[in-house]
Amino acid sequence: MQVSRRIVLHFPASLTGQPIVYRLARDYGLEFNIIKASVSPEEEGLMVLEVRGDEQGVEAGMKYLSEKGVMIEPFSQRVVLREERCIHCGLCVGLCPVGAFRMEPDTYYIRFEEERCLACGLCIKACPPRAMEVGL
Amino acid sequence: MRTIAEINEKIRKGQAVVVTAEEVIEVVRSKGIERAAREIDVVTTGTFGPMCSSGVFLNLGHSKPRIKLGGGTAYLNGVPAYTGLAAVDVYLGATALPDDDPRNHDHPGDFAYGGGHVIEELVAGKEVHFVGTAYGTDCYPRRRIETTIRLQEINEAILFNPRNAYQNYNVAVNLSDRTIYTYMGVLKPRLGNANYCSAGQLSPLLNDPHYEAIGIGTRIFLGGGIGYIAWWGTQHNPSVPRKDGLPKRPAGTLAVIGDLKGMSPEWLRGVSMWGYGVSLAVGIGVPIPILSEEILRYTAVSDDEIFAPVVDYSRAYPEREPEVLGEVSYAELRSGRIRVMGKEVPTGALSSYAKAGEIAQVLKGWIQRGEFFLTEAVAPIPGEEAGISFKPLDEKGGH
Repeated sequence: MQVSRRIVLHFPASLTGQPIVYRLARDYGLEFNIIKASVSPEEEGLMVLEVRGDEQGVEAGMKYLSEKGVMIEPFSQRVVLREERCIHCGLCVGLCPVGAFRMEPDTYYIRFEEERCLACGLCIKACPPRAMEVGL
Repeated sequence: MRTIAEINEKIRKGQAVVVTAEEVIEVVRSKGIERAAREIDVVTTGTFGPMCSSGVFLNLGHSKPRIKLGGGTAYLNGVPAYTGLAAVDVYLGATALPDDDPRNHDHPGDFAYGGGHVIEELVAGKEVHFVGTAYGTDCYPRRRIETTIRLQEINEAILFNPRNAYQNYNVAVNLSDRTIYTYMGVLKPRLGNANYCSAGQLSPLLNDPHYEAIGIGTRIFLGGGIGYIAWWGTQHNPSVPRKDGLPKRPAGTLAVIGDLKGMSPEWLRGVSMWGYGVSLAVGIGVPIPILSEEILRYTAVSDDEIFAPVVDYSRAYPEREPEVLGEVSYAELRSGRIRVMGKEVPTGALSSYAKAGEIAQVLKGWIQRGEFFLTEAVAPIPGEEAGISFKPLDEKGGH
């Protein structure tokens, strides 16, 4: 059975020079899309992949990655607030389609309730000081 | 009742009674105007929001050999500055964009970086890339320069904003069927949201609606440092309709000036308005000396007494039509929902009420600790009696 999974891979620095993702394709017959990657030599790397293949192949591929020392997490795209950029204006409050922002009734500081966020990304473009970004 | 000199004497002795424009509301409710006016010396106000008519004069210093930027070009981190001044004086405006910025060709347009952001980076002490070109003269032979500058390395850096601290402002909505991208933020179609931009009961000019306690020369909190009211601001329009003295439309404005080197990136923040352009969020706090009961009474104004006009930014605003869809109070706006044409509309703000409150508190602290003294105004800001009219630009025929 064909399956598709979105995963986040954390590479230790010792592995960032090795062709690990390539082996997922060659040895396990998996297709993959790189959604986001931040890998540089001799530093820890981070990669978000969508992996497709038959169920057995995907399982075996994940096992191979774990054995190599890659930490695997399920991917759920999320939007995060960079508190140091936020000026608490509240433009996001009226804009967010799911009401994930609120103005505290007494202090008027803006709070982002991430659990309500559907990661549509509207606030990322609309935030004047650009305090919202896609988080991993 | 008391003079500014007497207030300064109390500040020197650490005895001045200072409250914020938010705190004074409760004091007046519990003690009454008369007693509150006897006790309170200064009320501090604050506002923090995008203020497009802002910018900084920079004197970059003379290179060897010399270059005359006047009549040439100057770019700071790729953003053009105005050079039509003497050899190495330039003015970097908050809304300036790099020549190669796609603007809204790539609709609606990102506007990730511009003059406001360069000002924020300068005040943060960061290195800024400078490229200048000139035509070269006998006394200024150089034709090109490329180097980096930092705020502390250049001569003067004078923040001079010709229009800040608007006294009241529009509430922007969109009656059309498509999303629009405005300086008041993204507006969803068919009254999808409503955006406002004033600190209301904390806002400087809403606490001194007839400009009686402040004037040209008043020392203020500007961008985290010290500034002064330099003049009345451009488009200053005291003649709008008022209720109980409070303007019901955008009215007075201030031109402010101060030393950028004493300011902070916390209170000068580059902002990007999606599909519109870039700007600078400016923090301003004005101290109101309580020279009379009347002045105190005006500082006790609260959000439920201040009304703003609701304006359609899909048609009335761009077409300069005077149509107003209704008036709502800042208390209603801050509740998160207003009613417009029978529909409940969620609200968002461009001006930070929380940060405005922080500014009023910081200024209060400066005065209480004897670090900030009040100044006498050297000339008044024109009020309703001045008969100022707000002039449109009407095109003349035959051109």
